[in-house]
Amino acid sequence: MTDTQTDLTKLERELLAEISGASDLATLDAVRVSSLGKKGRVSELMSKLGSLPPEERKTFGQTVNALKTKVAEALDARKSDLEAAALDERLKTERADVTLPVRLGPVASGRIHPVSQVLDEVVEIFADMGFSVAEGPDVETDEMNFDKLNIPAEHPARQDHDTFYFSPKSDGSRLLLRTHTSPVQIRTMVSQKPPIRIIAPGRVYRMDSDQTHTPMFHQVEGLVIDETTHMGHLKWVLQEFCKAFFEVDEVKMRFRASHFPFTEPSMEIDIGAEAIGKPGQWLEILGCGMVHPNVLRNCGLDPEKYQGFAFGVGLDRLTMLKYGIPDLRSFFSGDLKWLSHYGFSMLDVPTLGGGLST
Amino acid sequence: MKFTLSWLKDHLDTDKSVDELATTLSAIGLEVEGVEDPGKSLSAFKIARIVEAKKHPNADKLQIVQVEIAKGQPLMEVVCGAPNARAGMVAVFAPLGTYIPGSKITLEKKPVRGVVSNGMMCSAAELELSEESDGILDLPSEWADKVGEAYIDAAGLNDPIIEVKLTPNRPDCTGVRGIARDLAAAGMGTLKPEPKLAPLNEAFDCKIPVKLEFTPETANACPVFAARTIRNVTNSASPDWMQNRLKAAGLRPINALVDVTNYISLDRGRPLHVYDAHKIKGALHARLGKNGEKFLALDGKEYTVDDTMCVIADDTGPLGLGGVMGGESTGCTPETKAVLIESAYFDPVRTAATGRKTGLVTDARYRFERGVDPASVRPGLDLATDMIMKFCGGEASNDKVAGKEPIDARVIPFDYARVEKLSGVTLSEAEITDILKALGFTIAGKPNAAKVTVPTWRPDIHGSSDLVEEVVRIAGLDRIPATPLPRADGIARAVLTDKQKRARRARRLLAARGFVEAVTWSFIPKGEATHFGGGAAELDLANPISVEMSSMRPGLLPGLLASVTRNRNRGAADVALFELGQAYRGEKPEDQYLSAAGVRAGTAHLSGSGRNWDGNAAPVGVFDVKADVFAALAALGVDPAKAQITRDAPHWYHPGRSGALKLGPKTVLAYFGEVHPATLKALDVEAPVSAFEIFLDALPPEKKKSRAKPPLTTSDLLPVTRDLAFIVPKDVSAGDVIKAAANSDKALIKAVNVFDVFEGGSLAAEGKKSVAIEVTIQPATETLTDQAIETITKKIVSDVKKATGGDLRS
Repeated sequence: MTDTQTDLTKLERELLAEISGASDLATLDAVRVSSLGKKGRVSELMSKLGSLPPEERKTFGQTVNALKTKVAEALDARKSDLEAAALDERLKTERADVTLPVRLGPVASGRIHPVSQVLDEVVEIFADMGFSVAEGPDVETDEMNFDKLNIPAEHPARQDHDTFYFSPKSDGSRLLLRTHTSPVQIRTMVSQKPPIRIIAPGRVYRMDSDQTHTPMFHQVEGLVIDETTHMGHLKWVLQEFCKAFFEVDEVKMRFRASHFPFTEPSMEIDIGAEAIGKPGQWLEILGCGMVHPNVLRNCGLDPEKYQGFAFGVGLDRLTMLKYGIPDLRSFFSGDLKWLSHYGFSMLDVPTLGGGLST
Repeated sequence: MKFTLSWLKDHLDTDKSVDELATTLSAIGLEVEGVEDPGKSLSAFKIARIVEAKKHPNADKLQIVQVEIAKGQPLMEVVCGAPNARAGMVAVFAPLGTYIPGSKITLEKKPVRGVVSNGMMCSAAELELSEESDGILDLPSEWADKVGEAYIDAAGLNDPIIEVKLTPNRPDCTGVRGIARDLAAAGMGTLKPEPKLAPLNEAFDCKIPVKLEFTPETANACPVFAARTIRNVTNSASPDWMQNRLKAAGLRPINALVDVTNYISLDRGRPLHVYDAHKIKGALHARLGKNGEKFLALDGKEYTVDDTMCVIADDTGPLGLGGVMGGESTGCTPETKAVLIESAYFDPVRTAATGRKTGLVTDARYRFERGVDPASVRPGLDLATDMIMKFCGGEASNDKVAGKEPIDARVIPFDYARVEKLSGVTLSEAEITDILKALGFTIAGKPNAAKVTVPTWRPDIHGSSDLVEEVVRIAGLDRIPATPLPRADGIARAVLTDKQKRARRARRLLAARGFVEAVTWSFIPKGEATHFGGGAAELDLANPISVEMSSMRPGLLPGLLASVTRNRNRGAADVALFELGQAYRGEKPEDQYLSAAGVRAGTAHLSGSGRNWDGNAAPVGVFDVKADVFAALAALGVDPAKAQITRDAPHWYHPGRSGALKLGPKTVLAYFGEVHPATLKALDVEAPVSAFEIFLDALPPEKKKSRAKPPLTTSDLLPVTRDLAFIVPKDVSAGDVIKAAANSDKALIKAVNVFDVFEGGSLAAEGKKSVAIEVTIQPATETLTDQAIETITKKIVSDVKKATGGDLRS
């Protein structure tokens, strides 16, 4: 008994020494095979079991099993250690220069044009007040651009518009590029019954080209028609719009009487430049008024019953004022530097909840 | 329209300051463009007397003058370069520190050729009073008494000049009196009564007959023409006060006769004309011109008239254009001894047309085309007679009046309640009445059914809303209460149409793919329009601003390609630009279409451009823009896999490296591809460019799905993939291989992907290529046996062979 015991103790010592001495996984695996493998030294002990007297078998079996467990645990522990060491070795060789530059991807370089962005802002504000967005063609008729808007052929205002015309047709009529978004008022009033609340953004064209004028620019028209809307509502809508658009609590506004053939009474509106951080100045921003009875009549609406207001504002000008953009002409230059600088990320989606510009 | 404060006060009794008046003018619709106050800019300039003048020791053209600048003060030594400076001269002196408006400098103490000058003797140009800069102002010697006084006070120039920008509806305010009337109505003072003219002694009969020669259809060209002759006049200069006012208004004084007509035009908005009566041959005829007739106008140029223009002629031919400009041949000169004054009414429409045709821009046209008060014909004639006789002496004839003033006394039915209904402001009946009366309206009847008669000088007033405007602008727009626009209960509803939402989405999708949004001109050079399938005559502007902007664009690519070149010239070659906007297939509204187009130039890929340590970007190609199109369509709710890809992109795309995406043979959703090298050359674009055009109007409407998403179906069974490489003829499309494979078992095959295309080696020689696909098979109900998978695979191979002639690569 004692002999066997001693043999086992010795074997355990030898195996544990071999395990701890294994310097790599291959050596360790050789130890595993030579100890716990089918023909390994521990396994062979078990094969002796049958030759033992029955009374010794139990004890011997337990002892050998304990040895087997101990060796297996030692093998596992050593394996973990060796693997960790090997990983450490590998990681020492794996080293990236993390100062190398990376590409930010397309979202970082893409831009929305300032005019598009500001139009989204304007739509957001007016949508909240129940205005939908109407559209009309750029190539218009005299009738839509002038006649129906109460601007007869010889009206001096018609000369002021510096209209781009197309060549006359055989019947003498000629098409033109709309000089304002007001024809959309007409198209809307003839195609839908009041109540009407729309804004109509779009390109307009005038034969102007200098520091502050381009032959093409953007306007937004507004139109409200029902049976009760008056100038007080117009004032409120524009006040609320200016506050929301310039994202300030108060906007100083000045209303001046003016004249447009398609509105009566007509007003021009100046805002205090405090709204854009330039106190002490007034900025002319838009023209507006009550829709002229002749215009209503031209659209088949009875001016005794229906009334309402219209306004027109330069979208490019609003953009320049709000975002401090100096030169109108650059808007249409397609200059990447300008667009990248003044343009907006696609992630800057204007919302009333999240703020229009922040 | 420019006038001075003192001039305004001829008509308006007021103690308001010029600033208050200016603010009110702007508020009531007479927008003040500027107030020029010489009292502010010229008060430092004093009257001084040159006591002694000596030659400068170091300069031939300079003098050193000793100047008395105030009584009893020591003389000042001043260096002066004016040839007319002399001892005893009374002149204008500016002390050191004075800002000289004409030369835009501030006087500093510094030596001029070694002699220190203590100020400056000034010319009219330096004070910006006239162009005269040849010598210093030479004042009357009796002004020696005024030495030390401010020059502008003594000269009567201390009179602020107000400039008003008139809207075209207010001809009455082309005269100072009309402006005064508006100000009086607005509470800025009292309108003075019309001055009483001295009784006129009509000494003789006007010998020159006046004839209106029109047909009934054209009679409105000049419905009334009044004339009077004054003989034995002396036509010298008009008085200083009148000259000063004319100069302040921007006119050059000519002589008394002409100045009187100009003055009354500015003062009353009543244009007049004066003829040298001795130069008129026979009678005066107001008639339409005869084509080809010519006359020499007062501007020294010859004009040819036609039969649409109203001319004033004598028996020999046209003398001038009625309501626009008079003629040189009968003009009044200092030698004129007898003058004929014309006071007429010319039709606004015809006057404007004549003005446009001749290009003549005159004060008379300005007034007549807006509509001169027809009732002012005779009073204007009498006022001119009165002034001329005061300035020039002589004796007046009776007046000759042909025709009749076209006065239609418009009466507008007016319910005062309309003021509040349209403007939202509550005004008392008394206030409404007062305002209308102050503006010259007469009112009869009760406030809820008044009859309002429009004054003859207001051709712009036609209906009740015009009256509301008059009342509200004068009462003050600031009294209109801001009133919340009623809104629907609850949270605001969405308002955009599906198409508008798609445009927004497309814009942000393209920006998310690295494109920078440009907005380019709607009109482009004709040659470019033609190259891109446009250029039809109907879309050419008749009056373009330049040839570069002459033709409506048929698509967005020309503008974007031009931007590519411009950016390249500025050092940016790798650009990705897009535009979302309208283009034009024809002139009708439905020919305008909405397009989203993009260009990638150089190496502007989705992942980045240019060189990088991680690998340099290659030039952009067709697959970059195909990916853009597919990503955009997918984002817009259109499954691009359901569309056909054909090879018939337009000619501005590379014939072999481009495609069209279609739904059916006619509906083109998009084009994409490399831009044709010849197109790049034609547009002077140097870099390789790939481009796409998406036709947003052509996209099928998004299906209205229920908001709730369909349940997610998943399988616990693992998908199986099989790789199959086919040898197919070179011209077989990979898409056909994919389609054949995918369709061979629609239930089980979930995806087919091409993972390799090989065209080299021996295959090339045989005109073949290898297309390798990975097929993903998703078992539905039970794990597939090897045999089942084998069956599917075999069917794929045979279907692909059937469709493309391709064999499995061995």
